[in-house]
Amino acid sequence: MQTYRLPKIPTVDQVQVESRAAAFTTRSIKKGAKKAALELAIRMMDLTTLEGMDTEGKVQMMCKKAMQPMIGRPCPSVAAVCVYPTLVGVAKRSLVGSDVKVAAVATAFPSGQSFLPIRLEEIRQTVAEGADEIDMVISRGAFLAGEYARIYDEVAASKEACGPAHLKVILETGELGTYDQVRKASQIAMDAGADFIKTSTGKVSEAATLPVTLVMFEAVRDFFFQTGKRIGIKPAGGIRKAKQAWQYLVMVKETLGDDWLTPDLFRLGASSLLNDVLMQLQRLETGNYQSSLYFSED
Amino acid sequence: MTTKTNEQAHSRDMAGLLFGDLWGYAPSPESTDHVRYAQRYGHFINGRFVEGKDHFPSINPATEEVIAEFAAADEAEVDQAVQSARAAYAGVWGKMKPAERAKYIYRLGRLIQENARELAILESMDGGKPIKESRDVDLPLVAAHFLYYAGWADKLHYAFPGATVSSIGVAGQVIPWNFPLLMAAWKLAPALAAGNSVVLKPAETTPLTAMKLAELCQEADLPAGVVNIVNGAGRTGAAIVKHPDIDKVAFTGSTEVGKIIQRAIAGTRKRLTLELGGKGANIIFEDAPLDQAVEGIIQGIFFNQGHVCCAGSRLLVQESVAKEVIQKLRLRMESLRVGDPLDKNTDVGAINSRAQLDKIHELVQSGIDEGAHIHQSTCNLPSRGFFFRPTVFTEVSQSHRIAQEEIFGPVLSVLTFRTPDEALKKANNSPYGLSAGIWSDKGSKLFSVAGAIRAGVVWGNTYNQFDPASPFGGYKESGFGREGGLHGLKPYLEVR
Repeated sequence: MQTYRLPKIPTVDQVQVESRAAAFTTRSIKKGAKKAALELAIRMMDLTTLEGMDTEGKVQMMCKKAMQPMIGRPCPSVAAVCVYPTLVGVAKRSLVGSDVKVAAVATAFPSGQSFLPIRLEEIRQTVAEGADEIDMVISRGAFLAGEYARIYDEVAASKEACGPAHLKVILETGELGTYDQVRKASQIAMDAGADFIKTSTGKVSEAATLPVTLVMFEAVRDFFFQTGKRIGIKPAGGIRKAKQAWQYLVMVKETLGDDWLTPDLFRLGASSLLNDVLMQLQRLETGNYQSSLYFSED
Repeated sequence: MTTKTNEQAHSRDMAGLLFGDLWGYAPSPESTDHVRYAQRYGHFINGRFVEGKDHFPSINPATEEVIAEFAAADEAEVDQAVQSARAAYAGVWGKMKPAERAKYIYRLGRLIQENARELAILESMDGGKPIKESRDVDLPLVAAHFLYYAGWADKLHYAFPGATVSSIGVAGQVIPWNFPLLMAAWKLAPALAAGNSVVLKPAETTPLTAMKLAELCQEADLPAGVVNIVNGAGRTGAAIVKHPDIDKVAFTGSTEVGKIIQRAIAGTRKRLTLELGGKGANIIFEDAPLDQAVEGIIQGIFFNQGHVCCAGSRLLVQESVAKEVIQKLRLRMESLRVGDPLDKNTDVGAINSRAQLDKIHELVQSGIDEGAHIHQSTCNLPSRGFFFRPTVFTEVSQSHRIAQEEIFGPVLSVLTFRTPDEALKKANNSPYGLSAGIWSDKGSKLFSVAGAIRAGVVWGNTYNQFDPASPFGGYKESGFGREGGLHGLKPYLEVR
């Protein structure tokens, strides 16, 4: 097998990428545009619970919310639920009859610090349980040590282990240190066959940010120019407010264009975002903010 | 959604990405309900608004509707303004304790901050610039200039250690229409801080906010006659420049007019600073952070519709990355939102005047005729008003008019180079020398090129960054003298 070599990719200027990302936050999203954005954000959401204390009951309730986020008004269902491998079965059963997908974090999430055969076997078993999507983590230690070929090989092997399931590759950008590294890791993951690249596990304090995600968008766009393949992106972690959600959508619209404004190519990984989006939707319709007590905590 | 004007589904002709209206932004116009202005203005002389004659209209370039009418000052009216400035200088302002002077300038800065929203809206209505720029760039900088120079007023002896400094007298200042309030601030703040009185003439297409500034001078209790503002066009400007009791002339505008002024005051005692045209080179090396460089190029040429004397209107790109850079540029150009300047989501507003639009059309036609390749955004333009599509020319050579002449519009000329020496030679091969940008991840190259470029302002891995503490001005036919920073005080002081 030929050893992977990182292709030539542009460098990233920290100051400028941050100022560009900040510019997206000044877009004024009003009325119909806001409503459309909020509904789109729901359709793009990976509703997530990744706790040691997760139980069947917790996952069942979250799945009900995923299918029917709000009772009493037409409301789209979310894109997927995201759970640990052992809870894939219960999620799958809870979601029968709906379009909501089941995503599972596999590969010794969140650190990835286990033996490759074990990580690959985890993927295979999780897919066998019924997972539609696998969210894997890269070995950040190996990446930071410059072992790019190893990262490539592991992602490629994971992709193979996924079989029909979609593969999201978590870069854990909060541990990579620079935007240049984010761009490199994005390139390796895409070269190795990722269907999606994802920012974060949500277990590290610096999770998704607009500039980090912008760097990933630019990598995805250039990869599309070179190969014709459309790779999806999923910022995850730290997205709690509806306003943040539409800022990401603004960035999608103005960087990658209309083709990426779909749950097939863009997802928002979040555990608490949904209720804020629902609250904003209610406000658009009624003109008033309602108490958070009126929104179910599942 | 009613955003068709901005976001008609575009054809998928470029690189396969589609910037359409799958999710369109709803219109988000800034409300104009609370802005106040008169239908007719004369001049502001000796602390009072006075009647004038020969009124001309100032129109909103986005709607072609008349906003208000302004008088045109003749020689006699200019003389009144100069006399009032002289009296204020001799009687009050020139003798005032510097710390007292500073208080007035601080007060003006704060009043500008308090009225920033109204001023930003008026600036966009009268000049056509997007509200997001007048709100986020122009007005904060206007206030910052006053506050910065207020700080110097009582520290002038520390500004020039070992020297004795004193004010000059009466300054005559003529400013352009591209940043009406900001250019007024650049002129007024250092002049006042140094202890001079002023006669200022705003441009005839954008006089509105200068009249609002005059109101703020009254509100700040600025002694009568310290700031006088006369309206009018070329004749009024000439009357100021030629007035025998003007001690210093400061002009920002075209190189053509700058030369006329230079001739007009030759042989007099008058001091002169000129900030004139430019044809800024933005140089992208192959090791640049390409995506950020492209964003910088876009901001460098499309900011304020390209009505910027330091606009990066010539792009010099290394051949090895030219194809990629041009593709990214065209793509980015496609996502620019062109339209109503008062819409908060507008990136590129209206061209300032019919005359300027005609000039842009004429130069763009010359580019086509001379064989350059034109690329334009496919956006729809509003049916009324003066608008021009963001435009990039490729296959441009140094001999083309669009590579040599200042277009002062949203038009970028792209040229290529092979080595740093060639880039430098091309960048300097211009009668202008106001600004340049260099994009490279390699610090040593960036600094060596920056040191050899003959331009007053050189930006590294960024563009169009302004700060009151940073001097700005030109080489060659882009003028002389500096505005901003310590440098900006000097033209208004006698340094002994």
